[in-house]
Amino acid sequence: MKRQRSTITTFITISNISDQAYLILTMEIEWPGRWDHVKKILERTGPFAHPDFEPSPETLNFLKDTCKVLVIGAGGLGCELLKDLALMGFRDIHVIDMDTIDVSNLNRQFLFRAKDVGRAKADVAAAFINSRVPGCRVTPHFAKIQDFDEQFYRDFHIVVCGLDSIIARRWINGMLISMLKYEEGVLDQSSLIPMVDGGTEGFKGNARVILPGITACVECTLGLYPPQVNFPLCTIAHTPRLPEHCIEFVRILLWPKEEPFGAGVSIDGDDPQHIKWILEKSQERASQYNIAGVNYRLTQGVVKRIMPAVASTNAVISAACATEVFKLATSCCAPLNNYMNFNDTNGVYTYTFEAEKLVCCLACSNTPQVLTFTETDKLQEILTHLQVNATYQMKSPGVTTSVEGKNKTLYMQTVKSIEEKTRENLKKTLKELGLEDGQELYVADVTTPNTLTFKLHLGARMDNF
Amino acid sequence: MATLQNKGAGIDKNNKYDRQLRLWGDHGQSSLETARVCLINATATGTEILKNLVLPGVGSFTIVDGQKVQGEDVGNNFFLTVDSIGKSRAQVATELLSELNEDVSGDFLEENVDDLLQKNPAFLSSFTTVIATQLSEKTLLNLGKVLWERNIPLVVCRCYGFIGYLRLVLKEHTIIESHPDNTHEDLRLDRPFNGLKEFCDKLNLDTMNKKDHSHTPWLVLLYKYLQIWEQKHGGKLPSTYKEKTAFKELIKEGLRKNDEGVPDDEENFDEAIKSVNSSLHATSIPSEIQDLFNDPACLELHPESKNFWVMMRALKEFTRNEGLGFLPVRGTIPDMTSDSERYIQLQTVYRDQAEIDALAVAGHVHSLLHTIGRDEPLKPDRTKKPGTITDSEIKTFCRNAAFLNVVRCRSLQQEYDHDIIYLEELSRHLIDEESPDEGDDTVLYVLLRAADKFFAEFNHFPGYFDNTVDADVPKLKACLNKLILDWGLSSTIKDDYIQEICRYGASELHSVSAFMGGVTAQEVIKVITGQFVPINNTFIYNAQRQTSTTITL
Repeated sequence: MKRQRSTITTFITISNISDQAYLILTMEIEWPGRWDHVKKILERTGPFAHPDFEPSPETLNFLKDTCKVLVIGAGGLGCELLKDLALMGFRDIHVIDMDTIDVSNLNRQFLFRAKDVGRAKADVAAAFINSRVPGCRVTPHFAKIQDFDEQFYRDFHIVVCGLDSIIARRWINGMLISMLKYEEGVLDQSSLIPMVDGGTEGFKGNARVILPGITACVECTLGLYPPQVNFPLCTIAHTPRLPEHCIEFVRILLWPKEEPFGAGVSIDGDDPQHIKWILEKSQERASQYNIAGVNYRLTQGVVKRIMPAVASTNAVISAACATEVFKLATSCCAPLNNYMNFNDTNGVYTYTFEAEKLVCCLACSNTPQVLTFTETDKLQEILTHLQVNATYQMKSPGVTTSVEGKNKTLYMQTVKSIEEKTRENLKKTLKELGLEDGQELYVADVTTPNTLTFKLHLGARMDNF
Repeated sequence: MATLQNKGAGIDKNNKYDRQLRLWGDHGQSSLETARVCLINATATGTEILKNLVLPGVGSFTIVDGQKVQGEDVGNNFFLTVDSIGKSRAQVATELLSELNEDVSGDFLEENVDDLLQKNPAFLSSFTTVIATQLSEKTLLNLGKVLWERNIPLVVCRCYGFIGYLRLVLKEHTIIESHPDNTHEDLRLDRPFNGLKEFCDKLNLDTMNKKDHSHTPWLVLLYKYLQIWEQKHGGKLPSTYKEKTAFKELIKEGLRKNDEGVPDDEENFDEAIKSVNSSLHATSIPSEIQDLFNDPACLELHPESKNFWVMMRALKEFTRNEGLGFLPVRGTIPDMTSDSERYIQLQTVYRDQAEIDALAVAGHVHSLLHTIGRDEPLKPDRTKKPGTITDSEIKTFCRNAAFLNVVRCRSLQQEYDHDIIYLEELSRHLIDEESPDEGDDTVLYVLLRAADKFFAEFNHFPGYFDNTVDADVPKLKACLNKLILDWGLSSTIKDDYIQEICRYGASELHSVSAFMGGVTAQEVIKVITGQFVPINNTFIYNAQRQTSTTITL
């Protein structure tokens, strides 16, 4: 804990003064009393303040003029985060979102109106905040997080995520960890960018603070994310029992077979014609089996894998995240250590705990991972292991290695031509592929921005399981 | 009084509200859309609460606030603008909140709540729920009295530095659909009903072909092997860990074997074994429901009884008659490995029994309504008359029979009487037996009470002015000590807390307001929809540690 605290202070004191610092304040963006509430906390100290906290007007100036925060996601959480941060004194805020506004966003993403449907979320959200909160400069990026490199991310003091995708969370987590610098095994604190992360589903949510390299990261706690439920294909094809089974039958098996909207047209969950077709076919199948309950809402829910969402939970989780960003930036009190769960189905319940760092974490342990297999195991088994093992949960790993100083691709799924060329390798044993004990395997996957290095250990494979 | 009404722009509500309709259904949405809420004081906390009610489509809101917008209000409130400084806070907030949703109509009344309570308290009678933020103790108690007398739910929210406070004040709130997260299935394997017996007895595991054997639902497997077990064990179910382990072995023996005597892989058997621990619990009426059966409101029905209590009494009558000591069958089964046909048949077996049970409950409902003189028949157009109870209401009630819930809060007056119930609850939370220094966040409630006492005495909150922060510390300590002495509490509160409260100086931090705005709005939605379970009755949020506690004061 002690170590953690000093980290945060260091990160504040070493922070670069940005070009826009000491912005000339005019009456348009300052007025008497504007910061009265925040100032009480920042210009007075208290027994629960961070030990290195110095009450001073400079802290608010730091928030306003220097501190640069990145908000990832301009959806349910992102809209709230932008508002919360802007009213807590942050002004240099960037927001990244790759989505456009849909009608179903309007029940909670309060910066958007009916007339904005179809426009980029990041643009509309930024414009709204900038016009409502004088002096605030939100810079929108209608893009994917993967479109930016280390250089871009290095500029921020804090990153806060309001994402609905686990893959994106893992990717940014990997990015921030890859930016850590170590000197003789000791972390260079100036390379650390804290990450605050929120997530919601219905009435449940969580907020957490990650100090990359120091506290548990996203990969350390992958087990906290429930695996996605997929119905077995044989159930869908032969023994449907639930309305969902019927909808999945149409989505997975019937659509590609019948191509109802032309060859190669894939399902668009937002196209009412597509949903209507799936609904009708699903109802046909359901009636064959006497299954009740296939309707439009369920069909769309299954096809789009819709998570229920409501304004209140998003407000709660974003607010908790914004409070943590404020604490990290100002040291006005110790940050959350390090995970809070929230649920207000039955009363209002929170559970706060310290998620533990995984000693052998793939992303943040800074030690190479060992994969133990036998010579007679096939390459496919390594790939399956990387996908199903709870600590890896990769999506479509590609594996390369180095043979006599040359790079050799063992398997890669993401590029079609390479996939075709390397597909045969999957059935080959590690011996046949010429892999030796101690060989390094380089693995790339959508869940991480970096290629991960594994050491292959050929022996008894028990260790993996 | 001014009204700002928006015209609908014709967006399909099914699309707009899709993500929340999946949580509280069309009927929950309809309750929300007919609700009228009143907000007292358009503070940052107040507008954040309203935002989270306007977005999901509450029917209407009315803001009561006599203040003019000040610079500090615009600093922490998203629904005020700098050019509105000096204008009516109620009006400006109403205008900006109304922009969020064209289906919602917003009104305001530019008047201090103290004046309103004095001149026209009946104004508040028309609301479904009243929300009050950042009120002084004195005003709050007055408001609480007026609403308690009129039986209108009051939700009080307050943000103070890094502290959030929420209090629900209502006489009685009944919940049919509490949507519990994790529940036992209601399968009745320990006392199978006739339909289930007939269905299972028709099936013969020994004569089935291989495919049917491996596709027999595990429910049927458990039924079959329980019969074998009961024969061997004098009609008793496996209950201890040891017995359950033995029972699992018994099921395992039933696996088909191939020619070499090696057991086949049969998924349904795996599922049956896995289900032993969760599915063999004895069917019983939960103690919470037993308590409701003995509640005076259930025992003493009268012409004005809520439908909830009429149905509760009917449920009780059912358990004493047709139900043979048990609640109606819920009528749902989990998904399990099976061929489609037998799964659907089994599902129908449970659903049919649920229908039969609900019909029996309906019989009791109708005779009870007759007894209390409310047995008017349906109107010719089959619409519901007030006071009558439809079959679909009864079905929903029966399906949720094990999760019915009633929340009764104590009034603010009862809280401020500091009776023994109050003091015991406080003590229990303030002193942790294992580590006496570490009570829960209830300490923050006591500190807020001390700050209110300070305010009553000095007419400003401790630390409100920059130049009196240090001087206010000993004064606040004196207030706190007096409170604790008056209450006769044995706990001590660390000086650190007193200093910290003076640091806060009654500041309202936006991110704390936003947190409490979310929590409070959801409690209001629970009150309005009658779904999910609200707090009883005080929630304290500690934003410093990101912890919280709920206490019944």
